Amino acid sequence: MLANISQRFLQGLLVLFVLFTVTFFLIKALPGGPFKSAEKAIPEHIRAKIEAYYGLDQPVFIQYGRQLKNLVTGDPGVSLRLEGREVTEIISQGFPVSLRLGLVAMVFAILIGIPLGVIAAWKKNTLMDYSAMALAMIGICIPSFVIGPLLAEQFSRRLNLLPATGWDPLSPSSWLLPSLTLGLATAAYLSRLTRAGMLEILNQDYIRTARSKGVGSFRLLVVHCLRGGLIPAVAYIGPAFAAIISGSVVIESIFAMPGLGLHFIKSIEVGDSPVILGIVMLYGILIILANFATDLLGLWLNPRLRASR
Amino acid sequence: MVCRLALIVFPAFLLLASCQKETQVDRATKDGILLVGNSAEPKALDPHLVTGVIESKVISALFEGLVGNDPKDDDATPPGAATSWEHNADMTEWTFRLQPEGKWSDGKPVTARDFAFAYHRLLHPDTAGPYAEMLYFLKNAEDFNKGKITDFSQVGVKAIDDLTLQVQLREPVPFLPSLTRHYTWFPVPEHVVLKFGKMTDRFTKWSNFPNLVGNGPFKLTKWRFHDVIEVDRNPYYWDNAHVGINGIRFFPIENPYTETRAFLSGQLHTTYALPPDLLKSMKAKSPEFLRQEPYVGTVFVRLNTTRPALNDERVRQALSLTIDRKQICEHIAEGFEPAKSFIPKMGAYEPEPVLTFDPEKARKLLAEAGYPNGDHFPRFSLLIARPSARASAEALQAMWKEHLNILVNIQNKDWGSYVSAQQSLDFDMAMAGWIGDYLDPTTFLNMWTQGNGNNNTGWSNASYEAFLREAALKSEPAERLALFRQAESLLMKSQPILPISHYARVYLHRPEVKNWHPILLDNHPWKAIRLEK
Amino acid sequence: MSDVTVEKSSSLWKDAVHRLQRNRAAIVSLIALAIIIFACIVLPAIPGFLQDPNAQNLPNKNIGPSASHWFGTDHLGRDIFSRVLTGGRISIAVGLITTLVSVTIGVCWGAISGYVGGKTDSVMMRIVDILFALPFLIIVILLGKTLEPITASLTNFIVDSLNKTGAATETLNKTRAWVEPITTLVPLFIAIGTLSWLTVSRIVRAQVQSVAKQEFVEAARSLGLGHCRILFRHILPNTLGPIIVYTTLTIPSVMLLEATLSFLGLGVKPPYSSWGILIDEGANRMISNGWLLFFPTLFFSTTLFALNFLGDGLRDALDPKSAKD
Repeated sequence: MLANISQRFLQGLLVLFVLFTVTFFLIKALPGGPFKSAEKAIPEHIRAKIEAYYGLDQPVFIQYGRQLKNLVTGDPGVSLRLEGREVTEIISQGFPVSLRLGLVAMVFAILIGIPLGVIAAWKKNTLMDYSAMALAMIGICIPSFVIGPLLAEQFSRRLNLLPATGWDPLSPSSWLLPSLTLGLATAAYLSRLTRAGMLEILNQDYIRTARSKGVGSFRLLVVHCLRGGLIPAVAYIGPAFAAIISGSVVIESIFAMPGLGLHFIKSIEVGDSPVILGIVMLYGILIILANFATDLLGLWLNPRLRASR
Repeated sequence: MVCRLALIVFPAFLLLASCQKETQVDRATKDGILLVGNSAEPKALDPHLVTGVIESKVISALFEGLVGNDPKDDDATPPGAATSWEHNADMTEWTFRLQPEGKWSDGKPVTARDFAFAYHRLLHPDTAGPYAEMLYFLKNAEDFNKGKITDFSQVGVKAIDDLTLQVQLREPVPFLPSLTRHYTWFPVPEHVVLKFGKMTDRFTKWSNFPNLVGNGPFKLTKWRFHDVIEVDRNPYYWDNAHVGINGIRFFPIENPYTETRAFLSGQLHTTYALPPDLLKSMKAKSPEFLRQEPYVGTVFVRLNTTRPALNDERVRQALSLTIDRKQICEHIAEGFEPAKSFIPKMGAYEPEPVLTFDPEKARKLLAEAGYPNGDHFPRFSLLIARPSARASAEALQAMWKEHLNILVNIQNKDWGSYVSAQQSLDFDMAMAGWIGDYLDPTTFLNMWTQGNGNNNTGWSNASYEAFLREAALKSEPAERLALFRQAESLLMKSQPILPISHYARVYLHRPEVKNWHPILLDNHPWKAIRLEK
Repeated sequence: MSDVTVEKSSSLWKDAVHRLQRNRAAIVSLIALAIIIFACIVLPAIPGFLQDPNAQNLPNKNIGPSASHWFGTDHLGRDIFSRVLTGGRISIAVGLITTLVSVTIGVCWGAISGYVGGKTDSVMMRIVDILFALPFLIIVILLGKTLEPITASLTNFIVDSLNKTGAATETLNKTRAWVEPITTLVPLFIAIGTLSWLTVSRIVRAQVQSVAKQEFVEAARSLGLGHCRILFRHILPNTLGPIIVYTTLTIPSVMLLEATLSFLGLGVKPPYSSWGILIDEGANRMISNGWLLFFPTLFFSTTLFALNFLGDGLRDALDPKSAKD
């Protein structure tokens, strides 16, 4: 187990290095640049000075080396869009927002999605199944940029119950709507995948035997089916979780949330490489951790796999 | 059981919630705090590092220029950091007397040296201030900025004593008082800037919270990215007694629909912009909140005049003559004024209304240029960057197809690609906009000179530039304006750009906010605002 | 043993069709799909049947549903009914093709990774990790920039080869109006297809891993069957459920992604439209002009509901074990 973890750790470092390198050169290939994308053009002689100040006039490989060194020493540098602000400051302000939003959304998604899928599978091809799946389909067909404004319109403007925008870490009412909106689509995916996974298990011979021998249905469901039935849903949760907490720009835009998503999009628009790289590295770490956790969870769900390792 | 509990709890929750009907705006009004939608995160609050309008809203609360803004009258010049000023006969030498009580928000006095220091810093080549050209009106400033001279004492600015600032200009500038309201002319605190680095350091922490020190009616008290910028009353401000509110909260809400929702839910006093789609329903439902005001800016199509076909004046005119500007302003950019020329009407300047809608003449011109009935006309792309420009672009596309039988693609790009395509002349046509920085035609005309970074059309014209040069030497306003009219007519005849409409500020505004009047540059002086129920 | 039934493929197929026919939800879905596909593909092709979806009539903008405009008009006075139908053609093409590409890549990648295991699995999954974390937006912008001239010359090539040299501008433009919306989609297919297979691959890998350890696979192996045969004939059919479900879930997400990407220059260019773009445009105006959102969403949702219930039916029908039901 320990060997497994240390091996995954080394692999993770390699992934991060490749990720950094590829992203860096992708950014350099972007048209425009942090000081070429101003609304009002910066005169040539001034732009040259600014670019020299930030070392953007040096050969790409030197810039690459410098950024890599910065990153290894733990200081990703300063933003070029929000000029001079430290990348660490930007991330330390935005990430807690995205993290909390994402965690709450994930709780919503799991609490809604998995029970819905289990019920649908258990009562397959009944009205209950159809209505549960129809509910899930609504979550998928109506995109968050429609659900979000509808919820905000109803609960903020009409009923005046919850704030329409803004972020207050101390007041859960300000994160209820955005995380609910963010969680709904994931819930829908989870319920569909749970249902499919459960059906695979419910169809297996040993479960059929157990069912025909009249083993109590709830016990059967929890003890024998849930483990194997959750495999696809769990495989989906890993990446979905990382995607959700790295910031969803749609939700941030609808509810004016100060998360990381908007920083990311805006930085890409102008090629602000330190911020992009900082966020991509963070995202990379999250992906690695999430997928590692998923793999561990998969092992636990699937005892046969464990035995062979 | 659970269901029954929910039945009891949920209505109780609703009841509880409905009790606290007092909205954020109500509370803020009571506390004298103005809640402002400001559309985007400022790039910085150092007046020397920015070029945008968003930044100017916050900067004008934190700093004050020599001349103040009047809440009602664009042309009035109330005192600001200076109490009075005079100029010589040809308007090339101006002397400003500063407020004797003028203080920075840390209590230190504001001196003429701070102004000279600010101009020195912005013009210094190493600072590389992106908007240094706003100071080129100063004698020798351009040469200093471009590194042709290195001695700042040759530049036309001098602190005669602590309270007297003298500026010498390279040409007569009758609109200097209006110009000094722009943040590039604001002072910065020498003692604070130098505390955090060298004068020419491009970025130091001096303009971050909590270090920032200004001379304006408010001081910075909080700054969280994409969340809020808070400013509170500055007790050291010389005119503190006449500052009507205790603070302002700037919310950088990018999505105008979200901003509108925030306003209607009682979270903002004033919004940045109302999406055009919502104008009609707002007119019907809550006209008391709706504001529609002219704004000095123009929406236009930029043409790449180095492309075959587009290099022909007749083709460009034909394209312009088939834009039905009235229809666009009536149905798409609602609230905007159809452009009759490039420069909007401002002050005494009245542009010649040359742009018309005449498909007949357009077809004739196109045929003369060698494309009868649009035959063999090259396939051009119209570049847009914002989804909000899509509707107007689609309307143009349809108009050119209907009247000239030419097909134009619409190409949506991300902002970086959009800008860089234009700057490298790697585009055919692009939707664009320009907002004036001060109330003088030069803010619209100088950009079309050869080599100007905002030209990007490949077009230049010697006699156009001659008119501008000649006008720069005149101090008699009427003569200047006459020359500008000539220059503009020339621009509109050659049409490297196709003006479409003049901007309007369409936004929502609560009636509690008093002393907020329509003004052309939209820089409402924060200190004059009052909040009353 | 379940693998024995897989061998008798002809009777299996017949059984499957039979089982599908008995599933009422699947049959209703199939009919609904047929109607929508007919409406979106055939109707716009009949000359004069629909109003021109791109014809603007500014004074007639934002009019609710009426006899002359069944679904109302949009903000430029265009007929929503014909825009929904012609847009459906594009959305269905995008949904099906990109999903096919992405699921094929994802299934193969995940299956091999899960089946082979060991070092291969590590390398393949770490590549997935990297691709997950790469900024999709940058790749989209760069793809748009690189592929744009290629698309333009492809369009010109097709238009030229469909017409005689020296044809009138009128005819050239007409062909162009047909060819262009399709060729401009090619970069989009590439962008979405190659980047949206990651989650599928992880799901398939997890499923394959769990199935590969079951008794019947061991049995097949002891019989000396080749790896390919075991993987594709014995293991994958047993993971079909989640694959079908994820496929039907990918379709709506790529249809909506298409709209987002079209604002970055990939995908359909104005004035042409798609369900994604119509929903996007409608979402902003939903409070004042609800029909702008309602009708595109209705078509979009009906299609996806139908696809999902059909997918579930298909899964049941193809499941080797459900024969005993």
